[in-house]
Amino acid sequence: MVEVSDVRDELMELRWHGRGGQGVVTASHFLAEAALLDGRFFQSLPEFGAERSGAPLVAYTRISSRPVLDRSPVLEPHIVAVLDPTLLGRVPVAQGLKAHGTLLVNSSRGPHELAGLLGEHKATVVTVDATRIVLETLGRNIPNIAMLGALVRICPVVSKWALTKVIQQRLGERLSYKAVQANLAAFERGNHAVSSPAVSAA
Amino acid sequence: MTTTIARRGTKRPPVPGTPVAMNGAALVAHAMRQVRPDVVAAYPITPQTVITETFSEFVANGRVHTEFVPVESEHAAMSACIGAACAGARVQTATSGPGLALMWEVLGIASGLRLPIVMHLCTRALSAPIDILCDHSDAMAMRETGWVMLVGENVQEAYDNAIMAVKIAEDPRVSLPVANLLDGFVVTHCMERAELLPDDAVTEFVGEYSPTHPLLDLQHPVTVGALDFHDYYMEHRRQQEEGMANAKQAVEHAAREFASLFGRSYGLLDTYQLEDAEVAMVVIGSAAGTLRMVVDGLRREGVRAGLLRVRCLRPFPSQEVANALKGVQRIGVLDRSLALGAAGEPLWSDVVAALATHGAGHPVTGWVYGVGGRNTPPGQFRQAFLALLDPATQPGRAGYLGLRERR
Repeated sequence: MVEVSDVRDELMELRWHGRGGQGVVTASHFLAEAALLDGRFFQSLPEFGAERSGAPLVAYTRISSRPVLDRSPVLEPHIVAVLDPTLLGRVPVAQGLKAHGTLLVNSSRGPHELAGLLGEHKATVVTVDATRIVLETLGRNIPNIAMLGALVRICPVVSKWALTKVIQQRLGERLSYKAVQANLAAFERGNHAVSSPAVSAA
Repeated sequence: MTTTIARRGTKRPPVPGTPVAMNGAALVAHAMRQVRPDVVAAYPITPQTVITETFSEFVANGRVHTEFVPVESEHAAMSACIGAACAGARVQTATSGPGLALMWEVLGIASGLRLPIVMHLCTRALSAPIDILCDHSDAMAMRETGWVMLVGENVQEAYDNAIMAVKIAEDPRVSLPVANLLDGFVVTHCMERAELLPDDAVTEFVGEYSPTHPLLDLQHPVTVGALDFHDYYMEHRRQQEEGMANAKQAVEHAAREFASLFGRSYGLLDTYQLEDAEVAMVVIGSAAGTLRMVVDGLRREGVRAGLLRVRCLRPFPSQEVANALKGVQRIGVLDRSLALGAAGEPLWSDVVAALATHGAGHPVTGWVYGVGGRNTPPGQFRQAFLALLDPATQPGRAGYLGLRERR
C-alpha cells in the first residue's frame, strides 16, 4: 500500500479510468478542490479526445506540498482508480503503476480474483462494489462519489473533511438537497466498503 | 512601550487574492468579467467554449454589464468586435484553431485600424486531419497580422496576462489588439491552484478606457478604414510597426505595475537556470513547466542546463533573447507546430534571426514536439537536451520528439 509518509512529503500522482458519463473528470476535479482546502498544490488534467457517453476516459490528478510543474500525463501513478469494471482486460489499467502502488477497482469481485491484473507490478489491488452502492443510494450508475470515499480510505491523499465539503458544495450548486444527501451516503458507504488488500504474485 | 519605525520607502504589501481551484478557461472568463468590457462578441469552439460559456453566464446573471453578442461565426465575431471598438468600446473575444483561421481576414483590420481589442486564444491544431487538441499552428499563422501576442505557461499566468493585456492594448503609444495565448486543454481544461484577485483591484488596475478617436464622438467626426493605396498605405504600415515596437515597453510597464500591486513579476522573457548554462532550450507555453523539471534533473547530474521561455511572441524581443542566450554554447528551440516548407519552424526562425542580428550566432537546433496534442513526457525533452550536448548534432531541423513512424 502507499505509505502515508509519501502522501505528506512528495508529489502524489493518480490516474483515473472510466467511461464518459461516470463522472471521471468530476472525481479528479473534486479531489483537486479538496487539496485546495487542505492548503496544498494540485493539478487535475483530463485526457481529452472526442467525448461521448460510454467511451473510455482517462484523467490525472497530481497533489503536492509544492507547486506542480509537470504538465505531461502521469506515466507512473501511485494510485490507479478504475470506475468501470468492464474496462478490465480492455484497457491496461495497471500500466506504469509505481512499486507499492495501489489499484482501486470498482468491482463486486474480491481483490484476490483481480490480483492477476497487476502482472509484473509489485503493487496492491483493493476493490469496492461502488456500482452496487450507487444503485442503492442514487438509483443511477454514477460511481465517482462512492469511489472517492473508497480512495480516501485507502490513502489520505486529501483529508476526508475537505472532500466531504467539496462534494457538499459542488453538488449542492446543481442538485437537490435530497440528491446531495444520497451522494454523501454513497461517499460514506464507499469509504467503509473497501476490501482488504491483495498483493501481486510478483 | 514599543517604538513604531516608519517603513518609508518599503513596498506596499501585495493586494491579497483568493486561492481557487479552477481551470484556465474559467479563470480567464473571470478576468474578462473583472476588466468589464463594454462588448464581447464570440462564437464557441473547443477548447475555447468554456470561456464563452462562463462569460455569457456572468452576463446573464448580471455579474457584469457587457453587451454579449452571440454571433454566427468567428468572422462575424471579430467583425462585431471591430465595429464596437471603432465606436469607442472596450472589446474582447476568444477563439481557437479553425475559429482563428476563419477570423484571419479581419485580424489585420483590427490591427490596421489600431483597435485595442483583446482576444483570448486557446491554441489548437488546424485541420485536416481533424484534431481539437493543443498545437501552436493557429497562433503561428497570425504572427504577421499586427497583434501583440502574449503566451502564458499556466492557469495563473493566463489570468494575469488577460488582465495586463487590456492595459497594453489601450496604451496610446501602442493602440494595437492583443492576443492572450493559453495552451488548449493543457491550460484551458487543467484545474490548478491559482489566485483570483479582488474585482475592484482589477477594475482599478485596468482603469477606464478613453478611446482617442471614437466613431460615436459626433463633435469630432472621423473616417475609419479609408482608401489608402500608394499614397499613404506604406506610412500607415510603418506607424503600425512603431506601435508594435512600443508594445515592448508597454508589456514591461504593465508587468511592473502588476507586480507592484499584486506581487507576481513577469517580463518579455522568463529565464530558468540560464545564467551559467552551457546548454539551453527555448520554448513558449505550458511545456516550460515540464522542462523546468527536466532542467532540475540534468543539473543534479552535473549538466549545466537552462531554459528560456518567450512570454512575448509579438513583438519578438530579439535583443533580449540574444542577450539572454549570450553565454550559451548549445541552443535548442522547441516548436509546437510545423512551418511546412520553411527554412525552419516558427520559433526557431525567430531565435536564429535574433542571434544572427544581435548575438554571437551560435548554432541553433530545432525540434518539433507536441503537435496535435501529442504528449511529450519529460524523458523526451531530456533526450533533446542530451542530443544538444552531442557535438555530432547539427544546427537546423533535428526532427521530432515522440514521432511514431515506420522507416
